[in-house]
Amino acid sequence: MDQVVIARSLFGTTMGFHIIFATLGVGIPLMILFAEVMKLQTKDPDYTTMAMRWTKGFAVLLGVGIPTGTIAAVQLSLLWPEFMEVVGKVIALPFQIEIFAFLLEALFMSIYVYAYDRLSPTMRIVSVALVAFGAVLSAVLITNVHAFEATPEGFRMVNGEVVDVRPWDAFFNRSFPVTATHVMVSAWMTGAFTIASIAAWKMLRMKKKDMRLYAFHRKAMMLGLVVGGVFSILTAFNGHDSAQHLYHDQPEKLAAAEWLFETETYAPLLIGGTLDRETLEVKNAIHIPWALSFLSGNRFDTEVRGLNTWPRDEWPPLFIHTLFNGMVLIGGLLTAMSVVGFGWKRILKRDVFPSWMMWGFVTAGPLAMLAIEFGWIFSCTGRQPWIIYRIMRTADATTSATNLGMLFVLFTAIYVFLCVSVVAVLRYYFNRHPLEKELADL
Amino acid sequence: MNMTVTDEIIAVTLIWLFVFVYAIAAAIDFGAGFWSFFYRNRKKNNMSRIANRYLSPSWELTNTFIVLVVVGLVSFFPGVTRVLGAVLLVPFSIGVLLLAVRSAFLVYSHSVDRYKKTLILISGLTGIFIPALLILVLPITYGDMIDTSGGVERLLWGELLASSSTYAYIAFAVTSTLFLSSLLLSDYAHVSEDHEAYRVYRRDALILGPITLLSSVAVVVTMQFDAPWMYENLFANQSWILASVVAFALGYWAVYVKKPRLATLAVVTQYLLAATGYGRAHLPYLVYPGVTIESGFTAESTFHALFISYLVGFAILTPGFLYFWKLFMTDRQYLKKR
Repeated sequence: MDQVVIARSLFGTTMGFHIIFATLGVGIPLMILFAEVMKLQTKDPDYTTMAMRWTKGFAVLLGVGIPTGTIAAVQLSLLWPEFMEVVGKVIALPFQIEIFAFLLEALFMSIYVYAYDRLSPTMRIVSVALVAFGAVLSAVLITNVHAFEATPEGFRMVNGEVVDVRPWDAFFNRSFPVTATHVMVSAWMTGAFTIASIAAWKMLRMKKKDMRLYAFHRKAMMLGLVVGGVFSILTAFNGHDSAQHLYHDQPEKLAAAEWLFETETYAPLLIGGTLDRETLEVKNAIHIPWALSFLSGNRFDTEVRGLNTWPRDEWPPLFIHTLFNGMVLIGGLLTAMSVVGFGWKRILKRDVFPSWMMWGFVTAGPLAMLAIEFGWIFSCTGRQPWIIYRIMRTADATTSATNLGMLFVLFTAIYVFLCVSVVAVLRYYFNRHPLEKELADL
Repeated sequence: MNMTVTDEIIAVTLIWLFVFVYAIAAAIDFGAGFWSFFYRNRKKNNMSRIANRYLSPSWELTNTFIVLVVVGLVSFFPGVTRVLGAVLLVPFSIGVLLLAVRSAFLVYSHSVDRYKKTLILISGLTGIFIPALLILVLPITYGDMIDTSGGVERLLWGELLASSSTYAYIAFAVTSTLFLSSLLLSDYAHVSEDHEAYRVYRRDALILGPITLLSSVAVVVTMQFDAPWMYENLFANQSWILASVVAFALGYWAVYVKKPRLATLAVVTQYLLAATGYGRAHLPYLVYPGVTIESGFTAESTFHALFISYLVGFAILTPGFLYFWKLFMTDRQYLKKR
């Protein structure tokens, strides 16, 4: 395999793995914060128990999330030195501020976890709010660099040299607001649905119906569904803005996502289908007439540029169509699920959920995580062949160091091992500390 | 060299300060992990517990600092990323892999009682290898181990493994890790009024102090052959090094007369003084002879923006650090809790 492919595989694997923990690291603290707030509102001690159990799980996840984040930071410099040279000169601010956000999160995480019994209720909320704030700020700032790669601003390249650097212009690049919002709301959504999934699973697996436990899990599930539902709707709105950003700033990514080869007005939206790579003919896809034009410019006669406008070596890989579809489809499904769940409990006033519905909820967390993975792969591979859009090609930024293949195997093995072990540890801990016992101890 | 305070000097001083803070914090962190493993089987006393109590709230913070070092270096001196990225790829990759295993197992060991000892064994031992790997960046920047033929930098593994400097630095990293951590834990045990743990950690510090000093002498002696340019510079900065030896003597004396807080402070000062002399001797080179602080420097406007972000960032975080310190380092009720 060639150097660029191995380097991308290595970094992609690191990010694909880290992103699971990073997303939960943003989403779960918000849920813990909501649980603490619910406790203060309702005086229901169940919410304290929830907050503590989620915190325990979160602390274990951090054990993997933090070191994989460190690996990602180090690998960036090791694998893409030419890119990082530009980053260092132009877009160093977000990385730097991210460290402060991360320090804030780490400080108050330790305080919240290890000094829990010595904190007043208000300080608990303040601490966990700062954890949640630090976590989401880190995510937003890292996304800032990602946004910069798509819409680089704040500098000029003259004969391969970076000149005329305006770091704040680079920071507030065009796609930053929409991209950062997307990452933020989708992470909160995923954290919430993950909680809902686990609660639904517990309710389904309950051998004899203990209404006390059932009620506990139902509270957790409803909290997850409501929070997840709200953020899934926000994600959908923001997704619309994201598509318009693509239309303006990365039109070839949008064209590849929609398999649009000829420039058209009244362009249709394509769902599914297969592509003949020779003739570039799309078969079996569902066409929604005029929808792509409308999505891009809010008018049916908006002209959307097709891929043939660009030379072949600047095309993104065409499989991103599937990722794009998958992401949007899952988003829609998740919104539907939370509406159904909310309606069942609050409008129809039913306390027990049918198991077909519960199985749906069980899939919500994993589906949300899948959408996150789809989204990141879509966004990063969709930018190819550029590492900095229209300024630096990925191939020109790659390290010259050899033996990347060996490192790829080594890192992948470690990720598999960490993945298996973290699940084993979580299972072990929660089997040894069942909810029944904790509720009985109250 | 003659120092005028330029932006480059400010930047490199900040980076070196971060490296220093990380080195001290990480030494204590990894050392505590090692002692927690080393004393895991003792029934009578609480050495392992003291080490763990220190370790639990602090490892995340320490870990943040390594990211700060990497990010700081890349943002202040982007010109150095290409060469260091190429030559450090393998040693640092292995380093961060070990770090990942170590952190994960450390966290696991709090959750899984049955395998606690195995988990502590793995996190304790991996923790000792990490400083040994990370410190290799210092002899590598001497320059002789980097092949630059064909415009592509490569690490010469043969040179690295054959160099006596390599082993001097590794010995220095490992002994310093153990010395600093035993010293801090003796202080921590002292404040916690755990007399038995204090006695044992004090004894360890007494044994390790002279060994650490010997290994740092070995670093200087080998430098004479492997980096004569730096050895010469170090000679010009000898007052820093001498002051550092004096601080060591004071610290060691304080261990002896059972003033652990003074001992810790004096020894940290010792490392700070030595690091200052060492850092000054290394200038103007980041990687000898190709990359200097001038050639590798970032864009001026970026530096100024970064500098302001540091001031604001640390101003915001300081109350948090103080609160953290109050909760975990000075709350006697908490420290004494069995």
